[in-house]
Amino acid sequence: MKRALIVFGLVVIVGLGGGLWLTQPDIYFEDDLAGLTGDAEAGEAVFWAAGCASCHAAEDAEGEARLLLTGGQAFPSDFGTFRAPNISQDPIHGIGTWTQVEFFNAVQNGISPDGSHYYPAFPYTAYHLAERQDIADLYAFFQTLPASDVPSEPHDVGFPYSIRLAMRGWNFLNMPDGYTVSGDLTEEEERGRYLAEALAHCGECHTPRDGLGGLDRSRWLAGAPNPSGRGTIPDLRPDALGWSQGEIAAYLNDGFTPDFDAAGGHMTSVIGNMAELTEADRNAIAAYLLALPNGS
Amino acid sequence: MSLSRILIATALTGAVALPALAQESNPAVNARQGHMQVLALNLGVVGNMARGNTDYDPEAAQAAADNLLMMSQINQRFYWPEGTDSESIEGTRALPAIWEEGSQVMEISAELVAATEGLAAVAGDGLDAMRGALGPVGGACGACHDDYRVSN
Repeated sequence: MKRALIVFGLVVIVGLGGGLWLTQPDIYFEDDLAGLTGDAEAGEAVFWAAGCASCHAAEDAEGEARLLLTGGQAFPSDFGTFRAPNISQDPIHGIGTWTQVEFFNAVQNGISPDGSHYYPAFPYTAYHLAERQDIADLYAFFQTLPASDVPSEPHDVGFPYSIRLAMRGWNFLNMPDGYTVSGDLTEEEERGRYLAEALAHCGECHTPRDGLGGLDRSRWLAGAPNPSGRGTIPDLRPDALGWSQGEIAAYLNDGFTPDFDAAGGHMTSVIGNMAELTEADRNAIAAYLLALPNGS
Repeated sequence: MSLSRILIATALTGAVALPALAQESNPAVNARQGHMQVLALNLGVVGNMARGNTDYDPEAAQAAADNLLMMSQINQRFYWPEGTDSESIEGTRALPAIWEEGSQVMEISAELVAATEGLAAVAGDGLDAMRGALGPVGGACGACHDDYRVSN
């Protein structure tokens, strides 16, 4: 009996250890980023494409107020309500003291400077695919943004989701190692894929999720229930959407559908970001959406 | 399947379907949705010029802008009776928040009036002037759809 217990104990230890080893997160160290210097001006374009302000600025912020990343917006989900933190340049309540490598680990790996895991309401799984130069540029742009001394609010997430270490297993299952849409794409479609999959994280709302909250990549951008509990987020695949490239690109700029209905919900804020991109980039996103597989 | 079973099934289906049909023809809902369609039709005139899909025509732009201004000034009190929200009836995407405390719909409605005044003031003065004045109109539309309409 005693022997059985010891064997059981060893199995548990090896299992846990193996599990932790297997699910080791990607981490950047200083050396990984040697020689990488950001350009703040280029970073502004990344900032809008990545949609930072849509979640981290105050609710309904417009114009210049979108640059004050004071946090506070609530995001309901099946696992609880997440609240966007203050990521302004305030040294205490924001991220004003973060080094470049800390910023990289947060944005691309979902790991905070103290080593704890963020929840994937923060779309680091998308940003994981971003070019390092873009993240360096984004970091440089963040340095130019104002500070807000509003404290971050805690998430309202119950047990067992309150165990942040569990995100390690979640990341192991859900961190993408490449793009979801593959195959032969034109240069424009590839640019659109980069913007949509790595930066603008369209899939976070437009792709349905599995029971653990991971994106069901077999139904990529196929529409999903609205996490607020009311209504749905549209299917973007070409047969379902039925819009031309010009119509999609124009919608991302002025917010009107081809029938001149005005966009609503969180998309109004997304369009505020997309309107800051170049026309070529909006056309690229539209080209990418038209290259999506229609599925069954 | 026996005849009685078919009859029962038919009766049950009817009992479920009839109230839904009755709700779909709510005159207030029809009127406000028609209002939105009139807005969309006129927005399409100036919006397609702004997008470069149609040639800029100052006379048509002015007519559409005047319509938008007039529509935005209609007193909408009879469009929105209590109990015609998306939780209470079928056939509407109007969220209960419209009627709840803290609702900003009147403020946003005033924004739309101001924005369409701005558009009507310059719509005939050239494409760039019209295009510039269209942004705030879209902003007011979006501000209301942002918080007060069910997403689809």
